[in-house]
Amino acid sequence: MTEIIDLVLLAMLAITALSVIFIKDLFTVVMLFGIYSFLSALIFVNLDAVDVAFTEASVGAGISTVLMLGTLALTGRKEKSSSRQTILPLLVVCVTGAALIYGTLDMPPFGDPNNPAQQHVAPRYINDSPREIGLPNMVTSVLASYRGFDTLGETAVVFAAAIGVLSLLGLPKQDRTLIQSGLKSHLVLRVVAKMIIPLIVLFALYVQFHGDYGPGGGFQAGVIAAAALILYALVFGLSVATHVVPPKVLKILAALGVLIYAGTGVVSLFLSANFLDYSVLASNPVAGQHIGIIAIELGVGITVFAAMLSIFYAFAGQAERKNIQ
Amino acid sequence: MNFIVEHYNYWVVVFLMMVGFYIVISANNLVKKIVGLNVFQTSVFMMYISIGKVTGGSAPIAAEGITTYSNPLPHVLILTAIVVGVATTAVGLALIVRIKRAYGTVEENEFEHKEELI
Amino acid sequence: MFVQHFPVLPIILPLIAAPLCILVGRSHLAWILATLVSALSFYVSVDLLLTTIEQGVLSYAIGGWEPPWGIEIRIDAASAMILSVVTGISTLVLVYAKESIVKEIDSRQHTLFYTAHLLCLTGLSGILSTGDAFNLFVFLEISSLATYTLVSLGADKRCLTAAFRYLVMGTIGATFILIGVGMMYMKTGTLNMIDLSARIAEFDSNRTLNTGLAFILVGVSIKLALFPLHMWLPPAYTHAPSAVSAFLASTATKVAVYVMVRFIFTIYGAEYVFYTMSMDIILLVLAIVAIFKCSFMATVQSNVKTMLAYSSVAQIGYMILGISLASNLGLMAGLLHIFNHALMKGALFMAVGAVLFRTGSVDIKAFQGLGKQMPLTMAAFTIAGLSIIGVPLTVGFVSKWYLVTAALEQQHWVVAFLVLLGSLLAIVYIGRILEAAYFKKPSQLTAGKDIKEAPMLMLVPMWGLVIANIYFGIDTSLSVTAADSAAQWLTQAVTETGAKQ
Repeated sequence: MTEIIDLVLLAMLAITALSVIFIKDLFTVVMLFGIYSFLSALIFVNLDAVDVAFTEASVGAGISTVLMLGTLALTGRKEKSSSRQTILPLLVVCVTGAALIYGTLDMPPFGDPNNPAQQHVAPRYINDSPREIGLPNMVTSVLASYRGFDTLGETAVVFAAAIGVLSLLGLPKQDRTLIQSGLKSHLVLRVVAKMIIPLIVLFALYVQFHGDYGPGGGFQAGVIAAAALILYALVFGLSVATHVVPPKVLKILAALGVLIYAGTGVVSLFLSANFLDYSVLASNPVAGQHIGIIAIELGVGITVFAAMLSIFYAFAGQAERKNIQ
Repeated sequence: MNFIVEHYNYWVVVFLMMVGFYIVISANNLVKKIVGLNVFQTSVFMMYISIGKVTGGSAPIAAEGITTYSNPLPHVLILTAIVVGVATTAVGLALIVRIKRAYGTVEENEFEHKEELI
Repeated sequence: MFVQHFPVLPIILPLIAAPLCILVGRSHLAWILATLVSALSFYVSVDLLLTTIEQGVLSYAIGGWEPPWGIEIRIDAASAMILSVVTGISTLVLVYAKESIVKEIDSRQHTLFYTAHLLCLTGLSGILSTGDAFNLFVFLEISSLATYTLVSLGADKRCLTAAFRYLVMGTIGATFILIGVGMMYMKTGTLNMIDLSARIAEFDSNRTLNTGLAFILVGVSIKLALFPLHMWLPPAYTHAPSAVSAFLASTATKVAVYVMVRFIFTIYGAEYVFYTMSMDIILLVLAIVAIFKCSFMATVQSNVKTMLAYSSVAQIGYMILGISLASNLGLMAGLLHIFNHALMKGALFMAVGAVLFRTGSVDIKAFQGLGKQMPLTMAAFTIAGLSIIGVPLTVGFVSKWYLVTAALEQQHWVVAFLVLLGSLLAIVYIGRILEAAYFKKPSQLTAGKDIKEAPMLMLVPMWGLVIANIYFGIDTSLSVTAADSAAQWLTQAVTETGAKQ
């Protein structure tokens, strides 16, 4: 049964991807990309990668699509047909594709439990991490503890992206005149949004702290919390949203999250252990791991929330400026 | 026949990768380039997750009664890669907004003529 | 107190300083913080270099988890040498940038500039220190994102398209590297570099591993601007702010060369790459084409920054040439050139930035007559330029010497001859500037203006690099010993670990 689902999903992905090449209406293209992202999230679920599916759906289909639509609002919806030659790109793609197919010929069989990837480093994560770290979610154990340095790098990437977008587009000023813009004429949207937004924030907090026991964690939580405020900004207007969460505060929060994460690692240094070694944070190593993981996931969640929201503010601020002009 | 069953997953993913790659290098519109880049990267993620799948396994969350788990390591790697991907997309899109403001267009062949080619 | 933690400090010091810059807010304070942190990282890196020359390899398990289950910091002489170069140049560029960015970047963005610079430094330090293949990808993307931001801070609108093209090409390169790492993981089950090298050695010639290596090399070649994948570099270096060009030209592509060296020598092993897959011929040919085509392109540019950008691509060709010779001496020559080129190009870009600061232009006509009006700046340019040409008593001569020796050692007479021929082209493109500066009268671009010498904060780091050029050209002991022990370690790595495991 899973194979049939797999095949159907892959076929839909292929059709979606191919249609992106030929369609000239960019709004449709972005929507197709959102569909592509959701379908790949479904494939991830099928392949047992639930945390990844969660992240792909919220980050890939959620934030990426929002930012692309925000860009389209400023750059225009239609792609102009070009007279660019397609022979060279097609050639490059065929050569690259052929090289990849050549590479797949020696690949280990799909799904085989005797593959090198399943035999070497992974067994310790699967068999020992519930005991060593004390968490059921092995992905969180690996992400936050064994390979916590990667996740610190990832948080730095999010911070770097926020810095990049801030330097390119700048943040909107906190507006004193409180222009009521947004979709305020749509009564249904206003009422439903008012009911749903607190629930979304609550869900974000749940995902943040429940990530140790089920799919979830700092990244997904940060994105969902940002989504709640993006919805608020869309329905009630950017200027109202900037009063609720001022842009200056977001800058500070983004920086603070990275500092919390790196700071946890530095605390370990002062306690005479290696960087990011959480076992020394409490008298019992497993309790220390729990404390460390909660602290860094908090840092991740804060930075991701602040970064995603400030990136949205930057794009929305540009759109407002254009509308006013 | 067995070989095809064992490898078709990878081949479809390679096809998707190449579609994305083609969009990136052949699109004239900058926004479409970024869309293609995302399609390319998402397909690479699917390749990684396919590596970790164990037939008959379940999600890597320890639970009573489950003996086989899929490999959590590729999941961790791809979580990181997804976030890196969206970060790059955000910066790329911000650049596109500025380019539109500066050049008035986001079609690549139009500003290749507007500026001196280096 | 913290000596055993030194391996991780060059990464976490700038990583912590970057958000602190945002919290501090005022650009003056951000500058002080950035420069101090960069200088501290430099001190730590040099200490690491001296330790690794003596002891060999330093290993540090992050999180207390031993590799391959945890991520390992692994510093050998090659990493430490390039780490010292990167942190040293970073410190000098930050001192230089204080004045330089005043005229090139809007004042509200100065703090963002320092933050992005620190993030770039974090990324580069991470790449150089890590012992884990996927961790390398993450830090590569940190540095790349920061670089795109830095390039886009330029004054001319063309920096935006340059940054975008760099972003697209760079992300394709990074995705290729990701594909390659995935293929390696698929066959071996591990991401730790030393573990990978042990397991790959067990395979004879595997199609998946071959493809993985090919993708990694193509991806890295985009990042290091190997011909023909170098098209992003000239526009990016031309339109980026001068401080950014000086920093990137000296560090970003060099770190990518280091990544190539790591994958070729440490992970796959020279034998697999060069004999089983015959990469040496491909790299050699591309390197030679890079040297000649780009040196020639440099001679016809009227924008001096573009000329220096093409010169950089040509110099990278020299480094790849050394590596493709697949010998101890060749690898040593390539590594030495990484060090030397950073000194040369850093000084050259700083000098050009000073000219831009005072005259407002980097066209070759703006240089006319500057020999009299900005004597110190042009003297710095002259000495660094002579170094690029390869005149004795400069570091450029030392690199060319070892490259030629390495080529002759393998009886590649043609290659040796071509290396010397490249210097002739360098004489042309450097010579044009010197002719304009010393033998021509000021053009309409600068006539009548009162052109003063560059400010102290820009002159001091510039001359620091120039003096280093001469010092390390005469007393080659430190650089040559470092490069030599690095090369020894890299070519022995597989047998060493085979014995250890």
